[in-house]
Amino acid sequence: MNELLRWMLNLPPQASSVARHIDYLHYSVILATFAGVTACAVAAVYFVVRYRRRGNELTPHVVAPGWLEATVITGLLALFVMWWLIGFHQYRELETAPPDAMPIYVTAKQWMWKFQYPSGPSSTDVLTVPVGQPVKLIMTSRDVIHSFYVPAFRIKQDVVPGRATTVWFQAETAGTYDIMCTQYCGTRHSFMRGQVVALPPDDYARWLDAAEPDHFAGKGQGQGLVARGREVAAEHGCRRCHSLDGTPSIGPTWLGSFGRVRQLVSGGAVTIDEDYITESMMDPRAKVALGFKPVMPSFEGKLAPADVAAIVELIRSLRDATPPREELPPRD
Amino acid sequence: MSSQYESIARQHATARVGMWLFLGSESMLFAGLLALFAAYRISYPVAFYEAAKHANLVLGTINTYVLLTSSLTVALALHATELGKRRASVAWLLVSIALGATFDVLKIVEYAQHVGEGFSFGHYYTSTLLPTPAVLYFTLYYALTGLHALHVTAGIVVLIWLALKVRRGDFTPASHVAFENGALYWHLVDLVWIFLWPLLYLLR
Amino acid sequence: MIDYLRAPSGIRSWLGSIDHKRIALMYLVAVTIALVLGGAFAMLMRTKLLISGPGIMQPLTYNRLFTWHGVTMVFMFMIPAIPAVFGNFMLPIMVGAKDLAFPRINLASFYVYCAGAALALWGMIHGGADTGWTFYSPYSTASPTDVAPIAIAIFILGVSSIMTGLNFIATTHMLRVKGMRWMDLPLFVWAIYATSVIQVIATPVLGLSVTLVAMDHALHMGMFDPTLGGDPVLFQHLFWFYSHPAVYIMILPAMGVITELAPTFARKNVLSYKAIAFSSLGIAFVGFLTWGHHMFVAGISQLDAAIFGVMSMFVAIFSAIKVFTWLGTLYKGSIALTAPMLYFFTFIYLFAFGGMTGIAVATTSLDVHWHDTYFVIAHFHFIMIGGTLTAFLAAIHYWFPKMFGRMYPEKWAVLSAVGVFVGFNLTFVPQFLLGNAGMPRRYYSYPDRYHVLNVCSTLGAYLLGSVMVFTLAYLIVALFKGKRATANPWGSRGFEWRVPSPPPTENFEAPLDLRLGCYEYDRE
Repeated sequence: MNELLRWMLNLPPQASSVARHIDYLHYSVILATFAGVTACAVAAVYFVVRYRRRGNELTPHVVAPGWLEATVITGLLALFVMWWLIGFHQYRELETAPPDAMPIYVTAKQWMWKFQYPSGPSSTDVLTVPVGQPVKLIMTSRDVIHSFYVPAFRIKQDVVPGRATTVWFQAETAGTYDIMCTQYCGTRHSFMRGQVVALPPDDYARWLDAAEPDHFAGKGQGQGLVARGREVAAEHGCRRCHSLDGTPSIGPTWLGSFGRVRQLVSGGAVTIDEDYITESMMDPRAKVALGFKPVMPSFEGKLAPADVAAIVELIRSLRDATPPREELPPRD
Repeated sequence: MSSQYESIARQHATARVGMWLFLGSESMLFAGLLALFAAYRISYPVAFYEAAKHANLVLGTINTYVLLTSSLTVALALHATELGKRRASVAWLLVSIALGATFDVLKIVEYAQHVGEGFSFGHYYTSTLLPTPAVLYFTLYYALTGLHALHVTAGIVVLIWLALKVRRGDFTPASHVAFENGALYWHLVDLVWIFLWPLLYLLR
Repeated sequence: MIDYLRAPSGIRSWLGSIDHKRIALMYLVAVTIALVLGGAFAMLMRTKLLISGPGIMQPLTYNRLFTWHGVTMVFMFMIPAIPAVFGNFMLPIMVGAKDLAFPRINLASFYVYCAGAALALWGMIHGGADTGWTFYSPYSTASPTDVAPIAIAIFILGVSSIMTGLNFIATTHMLRVKGMRWMDLPLFVWAIYATSVIQVIATPVLGLSVTLVAMDHALHMGMFDPTLGGDPVLFQHLFWFYSHPAVYIMILPAMGVITELAPTFARKNVLSYKAIAFSSLGIAFVGFLTWGHHMFVAGISQLDAAIFGVMSMFVAIFSAIKVFTWLGTLYKGSIALTAPMLYFFTFIYLFAFGGMTGIAVATTSLDVHWHDTYFVIAHFHFIMIGGTLTAFLAAIHYWFPKMFGRMYPEKWAVLSAVGVFVGFNLTFVPQFLLGNAGMPRRYYSYPDRYHVLNVCSTLGAYLLGSVMVFTLAYLIVALFKGKRATANPWGSRGFEWRVPSPPPTENFEAPLDLRLGCYEYDRE
């Protein structure tokens, strides 16, 4: 039944873990649509025939009984709200990556997709992933808004310059699936396509081993992003203000910071995630941590996206350790 | 009186309704920009707070008094027309026009000062004193006060037109709805400033 | 009495006329030109899409075409058409007045429209925009094309829209003939009134959005530039705050037309007057609270997505009430299947289908798949063509005798109505299937597997376009050669049918007699 409806509605294969139950909701809504419209058509045809004009006669004054109107309204509203509830529940699932999802960094630019793996390799337009494992894409754009869309997975997320957006999926079936940019981004928008290659886990492991290391000039041939992150942090002076081992300094320590909630000078709070870390590198005085001064310089334009990703991965790798003692703000 | 109206009173009442609708529409124009300001201020409280310190509180406050006074003088001009006192009405209108022009001139002085300090808008902003997002404060400052100043200027044109009509004797104590509507417009322009002044100058 | 068409005569008396009926006809000429132009852009686009790869035209040309198609259709046809033509013509007569509240502002609104349209056309000839009618930042700032003229043109067209709305609201409040209460008003007036409220409140925000686009592009204002701390998503909020209510500006007047057809051609009272009247207001109000459903994958929070999703479900209920009421009005009626009535049924079917697909895209998880694909294009064309354009065609046929004093050729009109239905479905049903398969919007080239459906859609578009040209042709001929019409060829109780066809300049020879309501068919 699922296959029949999927074929009739011209839907792509259900290649991800969420695709099937999203399609079930789709079927429900579309079938109800057809039923409703058919009911309207049948009623219309019946009325046209039964009440056709026979002369300029008068007609009775008919008013819809209140109970009928109330029933129609309540019934339809209940139906619509039910769909909304299920749809929202599914949406939350689509938006919330499992905690063990494997991160891959994506940079969209006119008119190509660049993928950076934490363990080192990078690729253009082809995203290789293992089947049966959740993958989380951390995405940003170098120029205008793009949108990462894999029809076979039923996932989509706009990729916005100046911030990181995320999308996750778990491929269930090995195969090759189209990636299509789906936010108009200029002349070659329709050529900005790529592919997700989902490999069985063993094949994926083999692929990863053999994969071309990161090409960036002189930097860490074949090393992971975390090691690269250490190099970047040293080279760009991050270590002058941020320690990796909990030592208090001019800036907050990176040890045990990822995923924690930090209070801000402005009175609010923020969860330390990819978004916040990226933003802090680009616009450090936007969200200043409570107890620290707004003295961090901006690295906008000074760090390649892969280096930004490397810093994020470095900080992420330090997440599970707790700082040795209560962090004290530096003396004034 | 136009033929679709049953009485001149009805026509005047309709003109007032039309004017209120127009003012409602104009308010939405500013509401959009104010919403943008609010959104960015919530995102960047520190930058906006720091940037506001560079607003010229003196000039801004003088302008507030100038506009408030001009609303008073416009009301006095309308009142004079209601009493049939043409010369007084024209005189008060001229004072209002002068005050409006003063507002515009002071705004230009303020803009020139800001630009001189490097606080221009968007990509022309060159100052390095403040966090990056402070440029948005200034971009919005120019957008809000610029749009407002455009409306003040349009209001001055309206006041000049009213003054000419008063001199020509077009208004009587019984019939002066165009004056009422023109005055309403001026008061809206003043009211918008009463929102802009605290938002841009006092939140520091 | 001499009718409004014949006296006064001379082109100057038309171009300077403050008679709402003459202004309505001038608008009719203008919006028809806009429709033909927007349709031509669409035909060119669909021609390119006959092949899946590069060819026929350059990508930049295609990108310009879909932008021009959107701008022309939305701002020069869909928004003004029914209000500025039929609202202008019928509203004063329907409230028993000799003209609108502000006839000179009415004429001015026409010339402001012309100025905006002229600037838009100049902008297009000048290389025009390739940003899409939605002008998303940062691309609208980065685009190599000249974005500002078209953006400013839209601002000007918006001013015209506000002027029209303001006039209609004032007229409805202040110029009803003595004894006509709000609940006596024809429901077309309620529809136009609700539309006008949206126009007056929402359009200024559009003006702001496009002005910021123009300034960002031409003056590097950077309001939404991430390198300056700006937020591109904030532009989307600002833009859609107008542009979602805008779609209700486009559909409400159409619904008003449909509401007039059923009582006339079924000779029956409206099943529930209050349901129609209040649902029009409900759509106008709740329609302001749903804009974020265009942004489910743009980077908004889950809470936002929840609120906008549920509000979208609520606004749909008002439309559902209307469909129920329109169909229910036919019950125990006396139905004549004329060409306008064929358009009525076309509307019911296509609007119901399109509306349900609206519910579908409001279902958040489903929209993740459908957003920015051909599914959404099909959805809104079902509403805009299947809804608004169908109602526009219904209106031009229904009110043809009233406006021109002549009948259109019924047989050709029936043929045309059927042709529109067939051509439309052939064009847009494949697009639902293309969207399901994942074909994105604004795609110059596409994967080969989408080829067959694209060819099908293009052939349907050629049919639809041909039928539209055919319709325009016979209507123009009917202007001169049509059979003379009586005051009330349809036997309607509507107020506009109680004045001559065409009406005299001052509309009424005697004041409107309100003893018989405009939907009362149970007594003489």
